[in-house]
Amino acid sequence: MQYGASSRRGAPWLMSHKFFVRLCLLPLVVVTAAFFLLPMARLAVTGAEGPQGLAGYLAILVEPRYRATLINTVLLAAATTLVTLIVATIAGMFLQRHRFPGRAVLIAMLTFPLAFPGVVVGFMIILLAGRQGLIGDLSNRLAGQKFVFAYSIYGLFLGYLYFSVPRVILTIMAAVQKLDTGLEDAARSLGASPWAVQRDVVLPALAPAFVASGAIAFATAMGAFGTAFTLATNIDVLPMLIYTEFTLAANFSTSAALSVGLGVITWFILALARSFSGSAVAAAG
Amino acid sequence: MRDRLIFAGQLLFTLIVAAFLVVPAALSIVAGVTMSYFRGISSGVTLQWVAQVWNLYAGTIALSFLIALATLAVTLLVGVPAAYALHRRGGRLSRIIEEVITLPLAIPGLAIALALLLTYGSFGEFRRSWLFILVGHVVFTMPFMVRSVMAVFATVDVRTLDEGAASLGAPAWRRFRDVIVPNAVPGILAGSLMVVTLSLGEFNLTWMLHTPLTKTLPIGLADSYASMRLEVASAYTLIFFIMIIPLLVAMQLFAEKGRAT
Amino acid sequence: MSDVTAHGASVRIEHCGKTFSDGTRALEPATLDIARGETLVLLGPSGCGKTTMLRIIAGLELPDEGGKVLFDGKDVTSMPIERRNVGMVFQSYALFPNMSVAENIGYGLKIRGLPKNERIARVAELIRLTNITGLESRRIDQLSGGQRQRVALARAVAIRPGILLLDEPLTALDAALRDRLRGELNRLLRALGITAIYVTHDQSEAMELGDRIVVMGKGRIAQIGTPREIYFTPRNRFVAEFIGAANIIEACLENGQLVLPGGRQPITSRINLAAAVAMVRPESIRLVEAAGAALSGVVDSVTFNGEKQRVVVSGASDKLLAVDAPNQVQIKPGDRVGLSISPEAVRLLPPED
Repeated sequence: MQYGASSRRGAPWLMSHKFFVRLCLLPLVVVTAAFFLLPMARLAVTGAEGPQGLAGYLAILVEPRYRATLINTVLLAAATTLVTLIVATIAGMFLQRHRFPGRAVLIAMLTFPLAFPGVVVGFMIILLAGRQGLIGDLSNRLAGQKFVFAYSIYGLFLGYLYFSVPRVILTIMAAVQKLDTGLEDAARSLGASPWAVQRDVVLPALAPAFVASGAIAFATAMGAFGTAFTLATNIDVLPMLIYTEFTLAANFSTSAALSVGLGVITWFILALARSFSGSAVAAAG
Repeated sequence: MRDRLIFAGQLLFTLIVAAFLVVPAALSIVAGVTMSYFRGISSGVTLQWVAQVWNLYAGTIALSFLIALATLAVTLLVGVPAAYALHRRGGRLSRIIEEVITLPLAIPGLAIALALLLTYGSFGEFRRSWLFILVGHVVFTMPFMVRSVMAVFATVDVRTLDEGAASLGAPAWRRFRDVIVPNAVPGILAGSLMVVTLSLGEFNLTWMLHTPLTKTLPIGLADSYASMRLEVASAYTLIFFIMIIPLLVAMQLFAEKGRAT
Repeated sequence: MSDVTAHGASVRIEHCGKTFSDGTRALEPATLDIARGETLVLLGPSGCGKTTMLRIIAGLELPDEGGKVLFDGKDVTSMPIERRNVGMVFQSYALFPNMSVAENIGYGLKIRGLPKNERIARVAELIRLTNITGLESRRIDQLSGGQRQRVALARAVAIRPGILLLDEPLTALDAALRDRLRGELNRLLRALGITAIYVTHDQSEAMELGDRIVVMGKGRIAQIGTPREIYFTPRNRFVAEFIGAANIIEACLENGQLVLPGGRQPITSRINLAAAVAMVRPESIRLVEAAGAALSGVVDSVTFNGEKQRVVVSGASDKLLAVDAPNQVQIKPGDRVGLSISPEAVRLLPPED
C-alpha cells in the first residue's frame, strides 16, 4: 500500500486545494482591482480636485443648474418606474394567468426588445414620435397637426418605458407563476370578491417583485445615456449633463463628481431594494 | 359575461403594449428596405440602403464581433474559475468580492467609462486600441458570467462532487476540469449568451471609450441616427436586429429550459 | 474476486479534535485505533462529531493542532484526501452527473493512469460484484436510489483503497431497500477484507455491520466496544439510552438491593449507595404473579407489536417501567403484576456528572 503515490505530480503545496482555489480567484481580483476599483477610486479623487475641492461634491446639490437637473432626472425616473410597474403588472398578470392561442407570440413580442441597447430604443422613439414618426403622421392626417415630441422629455420618458417594460413584465410573470394559488382559493373560500382577492392577497404577494423590478427600472432610468444621447442633447438629465461637462466643457472634476453622485444614488436604490426583496437586483445597461 | 369583459379589456391593453414595442421595430425594418420612407413602401423595395450600410459600417460590425468574442474569452477564463473559488471558499471575503464585482451593474456605464478614461486615458497606445473598449466590456459583463455560473453551483452540490473526485485521487486542477466545469455547463452557456449579447449592444461605456478608429456597431448606429437619412439608419438597425435576435431567442429558450428542470 | 480484494490498512488517530473557524467545537480530542480489515462504526445522534471524525480520517478536514492521523503507522495528517488512497461513499453519493455509470466507476482508475483495457476489466468486475449489470452506460439521473448507492460503492472500491469510508451511505434510501442493501454491504465488506469506517445514526445498522462500535455524543467518544458489549454493558446513561430501549432506575442501594416504590431488586454487587443509577432492558424483565413477588406494580398500558407486547408498569420503579412480554400473555391495564429481574440483568451506571 502506497500513500502519497501520486506525489510525483508535484510538490504538495503546489496542488493543495486552498492554493488552487486562490489561484482560481487571482485573475478576477487582479482584473477587478486594476480596471474597476482603481479607476473608481481615481474618479472619486478627481471629483474633489476641482477649484472647490471636496465641496465640488456639494455643488451637485447646491448649484441651481445641477440641482435642477438632478431633480428633473429623479422625477423622470420615478415616473418611468411607476408607469412601467402599472403597465407591466396588468400585462404580466394577464399573460401568466390566461392561456389562449397566440399567447406565446404575444410574450415573444413583449420581450424581444430586451436586448436593444439604449441607442436603438432612442431610434424606436424617433420612428414613433420623431419628425417623420408614426404619431406625427397620424395626427397630421386626423387633426391636421403634426405631433412631434421625441426630442423632448416626453420622448425620453417613452424611451425609458420602452426599455423597462419588457424586463419588468418578465419579472412580474415569474413572480405570478410562483404565487401559491391556494392562497387565492383560501381567500375566495372566505368570501372575498375577485377584486378583494387581488387587493389583499395577490398584490401583497407580488410586493417583492415590484420592489426589485421597480428599483431596476428606476436606477436604469437614472443612469441611461444611450437613449438620451440619440434623442437629443438639450434634455436636462444627469447623464447628458455629465457627458457635456466632460466632452464639451472638459470640466473633469465636475463630471467626475456628478458621476460619483449618480453612481451612489443608483447603487443605493438597488441596495435598498435588495434589502427589501432579498434577491439580487441589478440595473440594466 | 363580466369575466369576458375583463379578459377582453386586459387583452386589448396587452396588445397595445405589444404594439408600442413592436410597431417601431417593424417600422424600422420596413424603412430599411424602402426606396423612400417619406413616400412609403409603394416607392419600392430595395436593398440599396443595406448595401450602403455594409459599405460604410462593415468595420464596426467586425470590430463588435471581435470585442464580443474577446470579452467572452476573458470572462470565461477569469469568471468561471472565480465563480468556483467564490462558491467553494464562501465566507465574508468571498461575499465582499462578489459584491464588488457586481457593482458595475449598479453604477451607470458612463461613470465607469469616465473612471477608466481618467485612469488610463494617458496610456496612448492602450487608449487608442480596441483593447480599451474590451476592458470596459469585461468589467461590465463579468458579473453576469460569474453569477450565472455561481447560480448553477448553488443547485448542484459542487462541494461534495469535488470531495468525491478528490477521494478518488484527482488533484485539484483535474477535479476542476473533469467534474466542476462539465457540471457548470448550463451556467457557462447562459452566461456566455448574456455576455455576447450585452457586449454587442453596449453603448454607454463604449461611446466614451471609442476612438474614430475603434467604432463598434452601436457607435455606428448612433452615428447613423445622427447623420444619415432615416432609411440608412433603419437598414443599419435591421442588421443589428438580425445579429441580436438569434442570441435573444437562444437566451429565452435557455431560461425556459432552466425553469422546466 | 481476488482482483478487487485489498489488504486493509490500519488507522490510528491521536488526539484529534476539531474546532471550526466560528469557534464551535465539533470534536473533542480523541484517540482511536482501527485494525486492518476491521469494520468500525461511528454511531451517534446528529451533531455528535462522527462525521467530523470521518472527514478527519479522510483528509477532508485538518484536525486541530496536536492531532495526528496515521495509516499503517505513517503520519498522513497533512496529506490531502487525493493522496491518501481512501475510498469514500458519500451520503449524497457525489456521483458525477456528467459521466456515465462506467465512467464514474473508472474515474479513479483513469486518474491513476491505469491502461484502458485493465480499467475496463476492473470496472466490469465491480459492476458484476455490485449487481448493477446492464447499467454501464446509463446517466446518473436515470438511476434509482439503490442503484446510485451501488455505483457509489463500486466507484469507491475500484481504486483498491486501503481504507473505505462510508458516510451514512444508506440514509437516503427507504426502509425496505435499506435493510436489503445493508446485508449486501456487509457481505461485500467481509469479502473484500477492507478496513472500513462507517458512520451512521442508525443503531441496528451499527449492530449488524460493526466489528466494533464507537458510540459518540456531544463531540466525545462515549464508549468503544463490540455490539454485544455496547448493548449489554453500556458504560453510561447516554449509551444505555441511545442503544436499544432501556429503563433507567434512580434509587438508593442498600446491601446490594435497589430500594424501589414497588419492592426491592437485588443486583450483583453488594455496595451501598445513597443515589444509584441502574439500567434494565425491557426484555430482561419477566411478568410473574403479583403475590409473593419481590417487586410489583400496576399495568399502565399495553401495546401489541406482533412479535411481542410492550407492557408499561407503574408503581414499581421511580418512573414507568417498560417490559417486553410474550405476545400470548393475556394482560390489561389495571392488572397487578409482579416483576422478576435477574440480578445480572441490572447494570449499574455511573451517576450523572
